[in-house]
Amino acid sequence: MATTAEGFDIHHDDHAHDHADHKPGFFARWFMSTNHKDIGTLYLIFAIIAGIIGGAISGIMRLELAEPGIQYLHWWAQFMGGGNDLNTALHMWNVFITAHGLIMVFFMVMPAMIGGFGNWFVPLMIGAPDMAFPRMNNVSFWLTVAGFFSLLFSLFVPGGTGPGAGTGWTVYAPLSTSGSVGPAVDFAIFSLHLAGAGSILGATNFITTIFNMRAPGMTLHKMPLFVWSMLVTAFLLLLALPVLAAAITMLLTDRNFGTTFFDPSGGGDPVLYQHLFWFFGHPEVYIMILPGFGMISQIVATFSRKPVFGYLAMAYAMVAIGVVGFIVWAHHMYTVGLDVNTKMYFTAATMLIAVPTGVKIFSWIATMWGGSLTFKSPMVWSLGFIFLFTVGGVTGVVLANGGIDDNLHDTYYVVAHFHYVLSMGAVFSMFAGFYYWFPKMSGRMHSELLSHLHFWTFFIGVNVIFFPQHFLGMQGMPRRYPDYPQVFQFWHEISTYGYYIMAGSMIFFFVNIAYALMAGRKAEANPWGEGATTLEWTLPSPPPFHQFETLPVITDANDYHDHRPATA
Amino acid sequence: MGHMHTRIKQATVAAIAAGLALAAPISATAQDAPAAAPATAVAADPMVTQATPPSEAQVEAVTEASTLPSDYAPMAPTKGKGMPTSYEDDAIKSLSFQDQYTANGEYALWMHDAILLPVITIISLFVLGLLLYVILRFSRRANPVASRVTHNTKLEFIWTIIPVLILVAIAYPSLTLLARQYETPPEDAVTVKAIGYQWYWGYAYPDHGDFEIVSNMLPEEEAVKRGEPFQLAVDNRMVVPAGVPLRIQTTASDVIHAFAVPSLWFKMDAVPGRLNEKLLVIKEPGVYYGQCSELCGSRHAYMPITVEALPPEDFAKWVRAQGGTMPGEAEAPAQAAAAKPAAKLASAQ
Repeated sequence: MATTAEGFDIHHDDHAHDHADHKPGFFARWFMSTNHKDIGTLYLIFAIIAGIIGGAISGIMRLELAEPGIQYLHWWAQFMGGGNDLNTALHMWNVFITAHGLIMVFFMVMPAMIGGFGNWFVPLMIGAPDMAFPRMNNVSFWLTVAGFFSLLFSLFVPGGTGPGAGTGWTVYAPLSTSGSVGPAVDFAIFSLHLAGAGSILGATNFITTIFNMRAPGMTLHKMPLFVWSMLVTAFLLLLALPVLAAAITMLLTDRNFGTTFFDPSGGGDPVLYQHLFWFFGHPEVYIMILPGFGMISQIVATFSRKPVFGYLAMAYAMVAIGVVGFIVWAHHMYTVGLDVNTKMYFTAATMLIAVPTGVKIFSWIATMWGGSLTFKSPMVWSLGFIFLFTVGGVTGVVLANGGIDDNLHDTYYVVAHFHYVLSMGAVFSMFAGFYYWFPKMSGRMHSELLSHLHFWTFFIGVNVIFFPQHFLGMQGMPRRYPDYPQVFQFWHEISTYGYYIMAGSMIFFFVNIAYALMAGRKAEANPWGEGATTLEWTLPSPPPFHQFETLPVITDANDYHDHRPATA
Repeated sequence: MGHMHTRIKQATVAAIAAGLALAAPISATAQDAPAAAPATAVAADPMVTQATPPSEAQVEAVTEASTLPSDYAPMAPTKGKGMPTSYEDDAIKSLSFQDQYTANGEYALWMHDAILLPVITIISLFVLGLLLYVILRFSRRANPVASRVTHNTKLEFIWTIIPVLILVAIAYPSLTLLARQYETPPEDAVTVKAIGYQWYWGYAYPDHGDFEIVSNMLPEEEAVKRGEPFQLAVDNRMVVPAGVPLRIQTTASDVIHAFAVPSLWFKMDAVPGRLNEKLLVIKEPGVYYGQCSELCGSRHAYMPITVEALPPEDFAKWVRAQGGTMPGEAEAPAQAAAAKPAAKLASAQ
């Protein structure tokens, strides 16, 4: 160790032992936190709570859809303070689909991946003591919490034909403007404003941290791929979220201040809203999956005991996906009445994304090729991810064709497709990341048996839920329907059985956490062996409250396959 | 459909008996229909149950009375044609698309079944096979010492270029399909304008005297009685000629709806303030069901679409029965005038 970090060494040596583990009191630590690991923990706990609520809502929906007719919605309408008429019951359905979508996207996947794993491991992996703006980091978290409460509050105030916002997570005008009177939609929009502002602050924080606080010697091309994925994600957030903020602000003024951005009677256009929304919305789907790509790369390399294959191609494939993700948005709008050239362009551009995605899939397999694989819990979740994400990806190629989408648009085929990439792609990568880093974060080992049981039951459950939905979609079953013609019943019923399996599998997850925290074996600094080559494994488990007061130096002798200092 | 026929006759007789002029029930709006018309229909027709909402009965009364000079009776649907198939009826058919009844639909279905589905199945199985192979071949036990290979430019080039070639192969038929779907309807195409309302459809026939049909979902017992699938069947269908080009236009009066018929490979959003237009040629007569496909509020699931394609001469009869005229025919001023107010049916609702 020589070079740049010497100054830090001398300065910090004498009081490093003083405050490396000095923790503030409970309230100051958890409510006024400026520590990236504590904020990461808060985000993870928050995401788990939101995930339980969002998952419970999908349970209500699957129960309702188990057979034709309206079974439970009247009860829910009254429970939420609405009337007992059919319109209110049906409105509750729209409220559930809206809440499920918004919660899972903005309050489960994003907080877990970016806020949780990003906060915890970006500074650790680049050898930084903390995020660049620790106090802003705290603001990001509490804005997200405030946004969540605003969304929950919207469920209990009038939203048109019943309580709550029943607009779908896309909040299309004019259903969300003239079509929904009452404050519920305003609260839902405000919720997105708050969560969006939190994410923008978080994104600037990540970009600044990654550009300025890498340990000496860690060039961009030596960063772990998870950090690359967070860098690309942060840029997508920074560029996409302001467009969403603008679009939903226009919704608010259309609703409350007499503007007509999306109202044709005043010269506006409802389709403009869709363009603005999807200019955000498509990058958003990559925001939800790119951190997962990063985690899978780390995990596959670790458990193959082999450096990741084609590092540069992997990093730049993510950059390419991020860039192309901004120019394909109208494939969500194939049926609005685009002209033929527009539709041809978006068809071609959308299919293009399959190329960098294919590079990633094949590179993961090539990483394992010739490796010495162990099948610990993070690895089995990663293998599940690679297969199921491929299945979700290829149905995306089908949907990319504008002419084919004419039949599949807004059917269950689309529902199946995006749940394969999210509910199985993003969620599998999150469980993989959770089991990978849980020992590091908690200092305790979880049970491999329980995590394997969790994996297999979850794998079976989600496939039973979502695979039959392809069939329903091809037969013409439209999405966002609380009721359906008798002919669709069989596959809906199967799908609901899948939900029971999936919900049951979550018991293994929660029992596993409880077991690990109460009785788990103490985790070593590096429980995963020689394959784990990133900096977080050089620290004890859990890491000290403040780490890297002496910056690690990545010397040029190491190529980018080993992210640790030469002396480690 | 024997009793349907009888029923229409009964209603017709009742209408005459009530001394109503032909035009009177037509000019009635769905909501504000004179009390006499529905009351008469209900009284004259024991088949109409009390459970039927009054607005349904009123709308029916309007249509039934207007079919005076015709022997039009709604065509009976054919099981498995123009409608989804249940697993119980045909397990294999329930896994894929509905049979197609347009040339573009057949082409799209061919593209899916012959190109897309094999390609995505092979890719998925290929990835699965590779995963299973590495799991078995490169497990710790089978391969205790890991290699350090991290680059193979030739391999990386191959797995970039092959997907590109596959996509180009897919793009060609895909763009061809788009070009075909966007063919401009010919000058003499039959124009039907589908208008989305919360929560029913209106079908206007601007070239045929500009009358508008109001189409509500049939209640369950009524659908069962008519031998139609509940939640797909409607009281008044969108009737079009088969085998001739149709210019389908869509728009909406309140929020966005989407006009979708899976067996015709047809879906087009109905956007307020916009008029979307697309060519549709239905190959053969039949009943083709569809559903609203853009979230439009609480009864989104309850505004189905039923397209009835008739031989052109039967379509002409149906048009005249609605009080409309075929293009090029001498206008029947009284009838046309009478039909016009019917277009207001929906806007009054």
